[in-house]
Amino acid sequence: MPYPFVVILGKAVRYAARLRGGGSALPGLFVEKISPDFIKTTLAQLPKGIVVISGTNGKTTTTKMVVALLEAHGLKVFTNRTGSNFSRGVAAALLGDINIKGKLDADIAVLELDEAHAVPFVKAIPPQYSLLLNVMRDQLDRFGEIDATAQMLEKIAQATTNTVVLNREDARVLKIKDTLDGQKIELFGLSDNLLADFPSDDDMRSGTAKATKRPDATVLLKEYSGNHATYDVAGKEFSTTLKLNGVYNVFNSAAAIALAHAVLGEETNIDTVLSTIATVTPAFGRGESLTVGGQPLELVLVKNPSGFRLGLKSFSPEGYATMIAINDNYADGRDMSWLWDVDFESLANQGVAQVAGIRAYDMALRLQYDEIKIGHIEKDLTVALRQFIDTNTDQPKRIYCTYTAMLTLRRELSKITKVEVIS
Amino acid sequence: MSKQPITVVQLYPKDMNIYGDHGNLLVIQRRLEWYGYEPVVIHYNVGDAFPEHADIVIGGGGQDSGQEIIHADLLKIAPKLKTLAEAGVPMLMVCGLYQLFGNFFKTSKSTTLEGIGILDVETLATRERLIGNIVTSSEEFGEIIGYENHSGQTFLGENATPLASVIKGAGNNAKDAHEGARYKNVIGTYLHGSILPKNPRLADFLIHTAVTKKYGEFSTDIIDDLLADLARDVAQDRPR
Repeated sequence: MPYPFVVILGKAVRYAARLRGGGSALPGLFVEKISPDFIKTTLAQLPKGIVVISGTNGKTTTTKMVVALLEAHGLKVFTNRTGSNFSRGVAAALLGDINIKGKLDADIAVLELDEAHAVPFVKAIPPQYSLLLNVMRDQLDRFGEIDATAQMLEKIAQATTNTVVLNREDARVLKIKDTLDGQKIELFGLSDNLLADFPSDDDMRSGTAKATKRPDATVLLKEYSGNHATYDVAGKEFSTTLKLNGVYNVFNSAAAIALAHAVLGEETNIDTVLSTIATVTPAFGRGESLTVGGQPLELVLVKNPSGFRLGLKSFSPEGYATMIAINDNYADGRDMSWLWDVDFESLANQGVAQVAGIRAYDMALRLQYDEIKIGHIEKDLTVALRQFIDTNTDQPKRIYCTYTAMLTLRRELSKITKVEVIS
Repeated sequence: MSKQPITVVQLYPKDMNIYGDHGNLLVIQRRLEWYGYEPVVIHYNVGDAFPEHADIVIGGGGQDSGQEIIHADLLKIAPKLKTLAEAGVPMLMVCGLYQLFGNFFKTSKSTTLEGIGILDVETLATRERLIGNIVTSSEEFGEIIGYENHSGQTFLGENATPLASVIKGAGNNAKDAHEGARYKNVIGTYLHGSILPKNPRLADFLIHTAVTKKYGEFSTDIIDDLLADLARDVAQDRPR
């Protein structure tokens, strides 16, 4: 089909889908079907090329930070900010941003891609830059094994034409370095004293991570306490305050700085970098804070054991009413084994006020074996949310939720409070 | 009176722990406590001295790379595990260690990993991955509910009996309806999820066998398994 028709038809479907209030990926799926080259043709126009961000945890918030950093340096950035990180999500985002002639008004594309979908994507459209965050135990029911996921990231790195940015603290990601030939490599990492805050799945059952000798990193998170972070960028030390919460979000800021540094090179202005990082807020559902009945309500997305462990470690339950909502739809992962790789003992004093979601009873069973008190168990998310709010009116609240549970909860919350619209 | 100890040995938690195998250990630990015994947990990893005494032995799944790491060590401790198995010590081996408790495992690289032969089964790596919710049925344990995720397909020899037959899902392989294997009190299975939390009868089989073997009688305490029952009801009806 001729390209202009694809654009017009795609835009029409996007418009119709939005009128219907439907999902963000549908129009993308449509153009993908009628014109498989749509993304390639559109992105080929960009003067500074394409950046791909992948890994198990932190893609969405890191992408948001990279976009902010590049925009602060004057670049026009195209991104798939919906968190719809399959190629059809990219196509859908493109449809929104191009004009009717199919022209994309941008200098560079920064794309968050799901590991599995990134592989065919980079094969068709090699990126100039890639940032590979981590390989965690996640959605093993989709990818099979962690080593298989690591191989997917390796393929993304190999397809990259200019610079690959790698996490020095993730052994599987760091190893990718040795498979590359010709690409520039930049590393980001943690100081030795912060390593213990980031136990990997491998360290989890064998004590905390031990600092071993590692190659030098371009960007290092040196210190972090409260809302204050110190970075080492190319040998120089810089500090800033942050709006990000959660240690993992802060580590991802080091990743974002490393990537921005790789793209901008000598044009990097460190004051601009710091003032930008200082204002970035977490992506939706990643520690996002809403107000309900005059009390804060935080949503923390949990997708895998390492993310859940870091979430529990990042946010103190003291004074808070806690709800946990676990679904097992395809996007959440169907296997419940992961809940058994998270320790919930930090919730022992406060207990869990509400357990919800399709797999509420699996979650409750998990809590039973950590001997943690449970207020209510209710599978239906709408009913559970109401019960949670009504029985904990005078307290700040926090909800740990899987991806599809979060979508439902946000929809319900938007009926009673202001929730940022994700288009 | 001080509580009676029961020693639980977990094989290779460092390299073989991929599908919530910690959950199985936690369930045995807690239920022993709830029944009034004192669980003594020993984490056995590559190169450790094998414990003098074991009342229950459990082991989990790993990646192909994990299996290769532990393989030589497992062969080294095989005589000790065999003696325990012959003596009726209850064991639960899930996925990767189930395969290596068999006669051999032919990996995807076409090398053959020799197993320790406690279970008369053999496993072949395939390109097909058997993934999803699974429900099986056993005369002794009722319905066993869990999740499977394996590309190795296992076939039973003459001296192994299946643990259960598959109602929904694949089980040992894509050909017959067998799931898992049993020899004396040794159980091999592909089910995780983790398997023991949602299958308390299986957990209690391991515990009851170990305790009566050691102390001749068993606690009269009763554990409330309502949450497990409710979680089973939901899991049973979830899509594959």
